[in-house]
Amino acid sequence: MKFPLNMVPALGALVLGTVEFVGELGIFAISGVSHVFRPPYYPRLIWRSLMEIGFYSLPVVALTALFTGMVLALQSYTGFSRFNAESAIASIVVLSVTRELGPVLAGLMVSGRAGAAMAAELGTMRVTDQIDALSTLSTNPMKYLVAPRLLAGVIALPLLVGIADILGVMGGFLVSTEKLGFTPGTYLISTFSHLKVEDVVSGLIKAAVFGFIISLMGCFNGYRSKGGAQGVGAATTSAVVTASILILALDYILTQVLFVK
Amino acid sequence: MTQPKIRIRGLKKAFGEKKVLDGIDLDVMPGTGMVVIGGSGSGKSVLIKSIIGLVTPDSGVIEIDGEDVLKASRGRAHELRAQIGMLFQNGALFDSLPVWENVTFGLLAQNKIRRSAARDKAIEVLAQVGLADNVAALSPSELSGGMQKRVALARAIASEPAIMFFDEPTTGLDPIMGAVIDELIVDCVKRLGSTSVAITHDMASAQRIGDRAAMLYEGRVCWTGAAEELLTSTDPVVDQFTHGRAHGPIKMALRR
Repeated sequence: MKFPLNMVPALGALVLGTVEFVGELGIFAISGVSHVFRPPYYPRLIWRSLMEIGFYSLPVVALTALFTGMVLALQSYTGFSRFNAESAIASIVVLSVTRELGPVLAGLMVSGRAGAAMAAELGTMRVTDQIDALSTLSTNPMKYLVAPRLLAGVIALPLLVGIADILGVMGGFLVSTEKLGFTPGTYLISTFSHLKVEDVVSGLIKAAVFGFIISLMGCFNGYRSKGGAQGVGAATTSAVVTASILILALDYILTQVLFVK
Repeated sequence: MTQPKIRIRGLKKAFGEKKVLDGIDLDVMPGTGMVVIGGSGSGKSVLIKSIIGLVTPDSGVIEIDGEDVLKASRGRAHELRAQIGMLFQNGALFDSLPVWENVTFGLLAQNKIRRSAARDKAIEVLAQVGLADNVAALSPSELSGGMQKRVALARAIASEPAIMFFDEPTTGLDPIMGAVIDELIVDCVKRLGSTSVAITHDMASAQRIGDRAAMLYEGRVCWTGAAEELLTSTDPVVDQFTHGRAHGPIKMALRR
């Protein structure tokens, strides 16, 4: 069988494009992180980004966590009742939520909400020359626009996930006690007897990484968008898609690093 | 002999295969207004962006007060460019900030004023461009196109820059508002004693705000002269461009 030589240029372009993208992203990330630690600092912008990423995402993350906990309890019961293992439901719910579902679902929801908003805002600023205007007004756009968002992402996601953990467990508790016949005391004892500090901490570490990824992809795609409204739309889509894929891929890597011995 | 405020020699910039600037030579004398004209894609914006540091040229010299900003350290280049004010084509006002913060943004960034005094300073500068104090609290999206241009002009002059750039200042405005903005530009530049460089396609505007004019064509300065000579120039490229003729050397170049 002959090798299709006409595919070589396309493959080469794909490889070069990927290398270029990864290189640009790496340089952007290093530059953004370095500006987090160098003055001037913009506490007002960090606060604003915290509100955007954290506070305004709270309703959607809270509802997601609550319903996920409820569904998890129901589905676990369906499976475990076949093996007379209903007593494991509480531990399954709390471990699933704190170690996995809390950070991943919160990350995906925040990516769709705050990451998209970031990309759209910076993209609009790019195509309307506002980012260039910052440079002409003695302000480094990386420091002013990117660094506060990166920092806010790393701070806000763990806080959101902490709340999501509580609400997820609460969802499981509500369904188990109201619908599945568990007594509240038994359920709570079972929940906390199987929960370790490292379960929660590792979930929060994942959340911090996901927060960084969401802000990074939102800023990166928005910052380099071009071509008017269509370009901003493409940047927004790309921010959400790339952040979501990276969250899922990094989730596996972090799970392996943090949990497997 | 007086040293040019801005001196450009052999400036080149290409994007891929496309040579946008192909050896620009240009002098802008202190206290004068230079108008740069040229067709779309002729490199006018790239030229200005190169001077203010938004685009890095491939080669050439850009001197401000005799000092090459391309060879200066990052800090020194930043200092040299801190004396530049810029009015962007579409205003480029920051949507997320009220008008007063837009106007004093550069002053606050350079720690030239305290935040508590910024609003009063903004009202003072807004008055210079004919805007009432109640505009200060509004958001840019609440302003008309003409008012946005005025606010953008106020932002550009707030730090009293020694050099001012105007990127198509009258684009998108009706002729009367365009004339008003031109008058404000001339007034502000004169009052501050600044050197100015403007890009425009509007010949009436070019003659109002410019003392000298330069025409860019095929990546080079093909003509320089007094702004008032723009419409009477016998240079075939300038003549075709300024009179908007469909036939002439510029169209020939497009066909090539």
